[in-house]
Formats: sequence, C-alpha cells, structure tokens
Amino acid sequence: MSGIAVLIPIALLLGLGGLFAFFWSLHSGQYEDLDGASLRILIDDDRPQEDEC
Amino acid sequence: MNALASPVAGDTLPETLFSVPGMRCAGCIAKLEDGLPRTPGIVSARVNFTAKRVTLTHLPELQMPALQQAISALGFEAQPLGSALPAEDGRSGGLLRAVAVAGFAAMNIMLLSVSVWSGAEGATRDLFHWLSAGIALPAIAFAGRPFFKSAWNALRHGRTNMDVPISIGVILASALSLFETIVHGPHAYFDGAVMLLFFLLTGRWLDSVMRDRARDGVTALLKHAPAGALVIDTDGRSSWLDVSALEPGMTMLVAAGERLAADGEVADGQSRIDLALLTGESKPVAVATGDRVHAGTLNLDAPVRIKVLATGEDTVIADIARLMDQAAQSRSRYVRIADRAARLYAPAVHTLAAASFIGWMIAGAGWHQSLLIAVAVLIITCPCALGLAVPAAQIVAAGALMRSGILVKDGSALERLAEADRVLFDKTGTLTLGRPEPVDLSALRPEQKSVALALARSSRHPLSEALRRALEREGVAPSYLTDIREVAGTGVSANFGLKHVALRRPDGVVPEDCLATTLAIDGEVSATILFSDQIRPAAHETVGKLAELGLPATIISGDRAAAVAPVARALGLTAQTGMLPQDKLDTIARLKARGEKVLMVGDGLNDGPALAAGHVSMAPGSASDAGQIAADAIFLGDSLAPVATAIRAARATQKVVRQNFAMAIGYNVVAVPLAIMGLATPLIAALAMSGSSLIVVANALRLRSAAT
Repeated sequence: MSGIAVLIPIALLLGLGGLFAFFWSLHSGQYEDLDGASLRILIDDDRPQEDEC
Repeated sequence: MNALASPVAGDTLPETLFSVPGMRCAGCIAKLEDGLPRTPGIVSARVNFTAKRVTLTHLPELQMPALQQAISALGFEAQPLGSALPAEDGRSGGLLRAVAVAGFAAMNIMLLSVSVWSGAEGATRDLFHWLSAGIALPAIAFAGRPFFKSAWNALRHGRTNMDVPISIGVILASALSLFETIVHGPHAYFDGAVMLLFFLLTGRWLDSVMRDRARDGVTALLKHAPAGALVIDTDGRSSWLDVSALEPGMTMLVAAGERLAADGEVADGQSRIDLALLTGESKPVAVATGDRVHAGTLNLDAPVRIKVLATGEDTVIADIARLMDQAAQSRSRYVRIADRAARLYAPAVHTLAAASFIGWMIAGAGWHQSLLIAVAVLIITCPCALGLAVPAAQIVAAGALMRSGILVKDGSALERLAEADRVLFDKTGTLTLGRPEPVDLSALRPEQKSVALALARSSRHPLSEALRRALEREGVAPSYLTDIREVAGTGVSANFGLKHVALRRPDGVVPEDCLATTLAIDGEVSATILFSDQIRPAAHETVGKLAELGLPATIISGDRAAAVAPVARALGLTAQTGMLPQDKLDTIARLKARGEKVLMVGDGLNDGPALAAGHVSMAPGSASDAGQIAADAIFLGDSLAPVATAIRAARATQKVVRQNFAMAIGYNVVAVPLAIMGLATPLIAALAMSGSSLIVVANALRLRSAAT
C-alpha cells in the first residue's frame, strides 16, 4: 500500500508535467511552422547565405 | 503567436504580411530573413515556411510597393496579404488543448481503472475511484465545453444535434459515478466518460485542422484584388493608398499589368482592359480618355490615369458581392450527414435509455440499479465511433486531395460534392486557361527564342509574362542583352551584341480573338507571335469522365456566342452565352427547382454568385478572389482533370462514411442488448468504445489513395 501512496503521486505529477510542457510548447508557437523548423537547422548563423534556390 | 498583433501602442511598428509562394528550401528562409532587414526601414522579417508567408516589421513610412519591391529584389514574388485573412485563428489551438487534457485524464484514469477491474477492493477501490473523480471532473469541465456549449445552443433553439446525446451521456455518467464513489459502489464510469470525450474531441479537432489547412491554402492564393492604388495628388506627387482609403475624385495611376482598385473614368492615356474576371468577356476592350472602367479589371497595355468615381461599397464588384451574400444563404440550409444521423439517433438513444430505466423499475430493481443501467446504455450507445466516423474519413480524403492539388474547404463540401449530379462550367478561365498563351512557338529559331526570353523577362506586361513562361517551360536559355528599355504601350527593346532587338506591338493585322507581339531583330525578318486563350489540358477527358460519373455538363458563359462556340464545339457541350451574374443565378435556381444538384465550376467575379448558389462549387487556383472565397473547393494547376478526381474522391469518402456508420450501428446492435440486460460493466464499455473507434479510423485510412 505504501508503495502505491508514493507511486501514484509520482505518476500523476509526471503526467501533469508532460501536459504543461505541451501547453507551453503550444503557447510559445512551436507548432506554428512545422515544415520551417526542419529546414532552419540547416541555416548557418554566422555567415551570409550562398544559396541555390 | 504574436505575428498578427496590431500596432496598438504608440511605439509598436506596423507589421505587414506577404504571401511568398516561391520559397522552397532552407536557403530561401535565410535569404529572406537576413536579406530583408538590410533594406532601410525594415526592422525584421520572420518567415513561416509552412504557410509560405513573411511577416515584415517596418517603419510606418515604408509603403506597400516599397516592401513588395524589397522582396522581389531578393528574387521572390510576393503578394500582400490584406484583410482577406479571416481572424479565426486559435479555434484549432483551443480544441488541441482540450484533446491534450482529455488524453491525459483518460490515460491516468484508465491506469487506475485497470487496477479496479483486476480486483482491487474495499478501501483501495474507493481510493482509486476518488482519485479518478479528482482527475475526471475538472478534465470533463474543461474538455467538455465545446460539446456542452453546442448542445445548449441547439436545445435553446429547439433543435437537437450530435452534441446533445454526448453531453447528456457524459454529464449523467459523471454524476452517477460520483454518487457511486460516495456510496462505495463497485462501478464508476469516469474512464468511459473521459475516453468518450477524448475520442470525440479528436474527431472535432481533425475537422477543424482540415478547415484551417484549406483556409491557409486559399489565403495564400488570394491575390487579384489590388490592395490599393498609386494615387497622384494635385502637386503631381504620388503615394500608395490602401483600397479603403480611396475616395471619389482622386486620380490613380494604374500601370500595365495592374488591376484597378476602384471604378472610374480614364482621365489620361489609352490602353486595353481585360474584363475576363468581371464579365467573362475574353476579348480585351480598348479604352481611351473618358471611358468608364471597373474595379477588378486588368490594365493590359499602357499606364493610364484614372479618375476615381466610385469606391468600396459603390463599385460593380460590391454589387456582385451583395448578390453573392444572398445566394449563399440557401447554401447554409444544408445539414451535414452527422447531424442528419443525430436527428434520428439522439431520440432513439434517449428513448432506449429511458425505456431501460422504466423497464428495470417495473421489474423491481430499485431506482439506483435502474439508473446505473440507463447510464450504461447511454455510455455504450454514445456516438463515439459515430463522432469519429465522419471527420476521420473526411480528413484523410481531404489530405489525399490536397496532395493532388485540390483544396477542399470543409467536410460539408465533400459531402455535397458526392451528391452533385449536374455540372455547369463557366468558359473564360475555367474551361480555358483564362490567360493568353503563345499559339505556336515552333516557327522561332533557337536564337530568336533566347532573345525573346531575355526581352520578355524584363517586362511585366501580361503577354511578356506568358511568353516567358512558355519559353522557360521549353528550357530556353536567355541571351545576354544590354541597354534594356521598356516604353509603356510600345514594347521592350535592347541591344544584342551589335544588333538592335525589340519585342513590340504587332505590325500586321491580328486575327480576331488573338493578341500578338512582334519580335524584331535587326537585319532579320520580324516574327509575329500570336497569343490566344486556350482550352485547359485534359478538359475533353474530364467532361467525358464526368458524364460517366453521371454528371452531364453544360457551359454558362458571360462571353459572346462567337467566342464560346469554338470551345463548346471542341468539348461537345451545349452552351448558354452572354449571361449576366443574375442570369447564371436564375439558371441554377431553375435546375434546383427541378431537384438537380448543381456543381458550379467557375472563376470570375461574375461567377461568384453562381458559385455561392450552386449545391457545390469549384474554382481554379487562377480564379478571382471572390470566386475562390465563394467556391467550396479549389484546384491548382492548369489541368481540368481535378474536377472529376474530386467527385470520385468525394463519392469514395461518402462510401467509407456510410460503412463507418454501418459499423458503428452494428456495434450498437451487439452492445446495447448487453447494456439493457445490465451486463455492461465499465470494462466492457471501455473495450467496446476504443475497439469501435479504432476500426472506424482504420477504415477511414483506406481513403489515403482516394485522389489518385
């Protein structure tokens, strides 16, 4: 029984943590530009671009 | 999230949204975001790649043409996104939040419920039930709001919809489960109630994602309506004014290739005006000083000064918009299939639940047990699979259609597309491409083609652009020209090595219904290139396919009979010609009265009312803004084939929806007797619910290749 008393709150807190993390990411606009996010990683920050499109 | 923030505070800078369809790679993002702020006055640029948009933050002095110029200097075509963007963002976001909360609650409660089902008893079971209640009640209060609100709205107006049985089921189940928990009872339905909400919200969210995606796609296409005009004041200075700021009496300068922002009178200059979008007339009309011109038409040849006579509400466009609003009202009476099902389903479910309650009371089971059974019936019959049946199928089909270049605006459009049994085509811009295309380029030698491309590239005249597109399609490489000059109304000229070359007004007589340009190279015979509006690729096959699908087609056009006849003959269709927007409306109303479900395919402003009045409507991506806003579906590209594809996909979708309904009802036939007999424990309810939902979604996934 005492195991449950510890485990259940932990499980619930972890779940709530996940839920709030999702809300936060939603609020900070991380789902606004899903296709762009995968491309931005390819952009160099320090140099101006030589691009080919 | 703050991309659309309006400049309220004094120190916030204006933001302007542009649609930039040409961005394709990471380099484009970097080029735009790094390059634009180098233009003086532009503070920052932020790209949204998914929506193909750029948000510019800039100093207030910087005006629309300058901003557009800054983007095109980087090699991208940009269209300002004005007020056409409906401020309806956040609906999907709110639903997604509700889905997340319901999902979180469902998972945790299910975890606790599994322990109860596997034999937890006494104090442990009570503890788990209390924990479930603690998670479920707030979650239901938060995630159930969309259903409660819509159910309350329906009931208040004396109607019923799918949300009424859902709300009653969820509220009764949670209330009874809470009571069970308080009296230490063995069964609580918290898991069932929350899971129900989770599945239904998923369906609702899918539906709204589909609508958002289509709306974004359409918004990106809107372009024809000029967002403003270059106005010349009495001192001869010119400034860019937004369309809403134009007033009668002003003089605007309209460049060749630009659309007019207001109705007016030519004050100075000579040109030809393309009326195709406004009236369907395919032949440009010559105008000179004193002639009336209308907003939305395209200035073809030379810059003209136009004295504004009417703006906004008073223009011909606004008249058409009013006609459209009236026409659209008949459309809003359409009831979606899910709600039609609910009209039969909800009373049946409620009667069944009430009957089982009364039946068990008569059998002497006591009110507590009778109520428990009645709630079990409600939960079991709750249209979980039913709520997913329609949106799951429709979003999969809409995704498939979108991949093949057809944007369907919402689920109801798919349902109505499947019902259509008659097609009316507009001619100019719908059966034909609606733009001049070179008739025959094979007479030109490769060198001439290269020179022509180089010349055409440096002009924005519609004929130049048509020539450039056609030559680029052929893979012609442009020659190197120097000293390129464009003289408005005359043409482009340049030096090619030592030779003088020009693309100018045609020398000879141009055949009827054709436009032409002459390519002159020093010391050579000049070549005249003819342009005409050509029939869309695959038009003939599409008309045939539609007939096979049981949709006979006819043409209704605003153009002259002589211009429509060749198209009608080529496609083997009958045609009505010279029709005004009101005539098109009347034709549709007549067909409607005969019980025919008309699919209207059109593009122009003059088709707007007809598009809104048809049972369902489609417009090409090149259509006028009004046409695209009024149409239920938009197909991209030149080919007409998507019209038949859309009908076939819509019918396939409807078939899957019906199968899904059949499955959901079949499951009820098995599960409801169990519930009425009092044998449906929460475990059985949970299994049945998730099982049927999964089957319905799996069946819907078969539509992934519906549009091929």
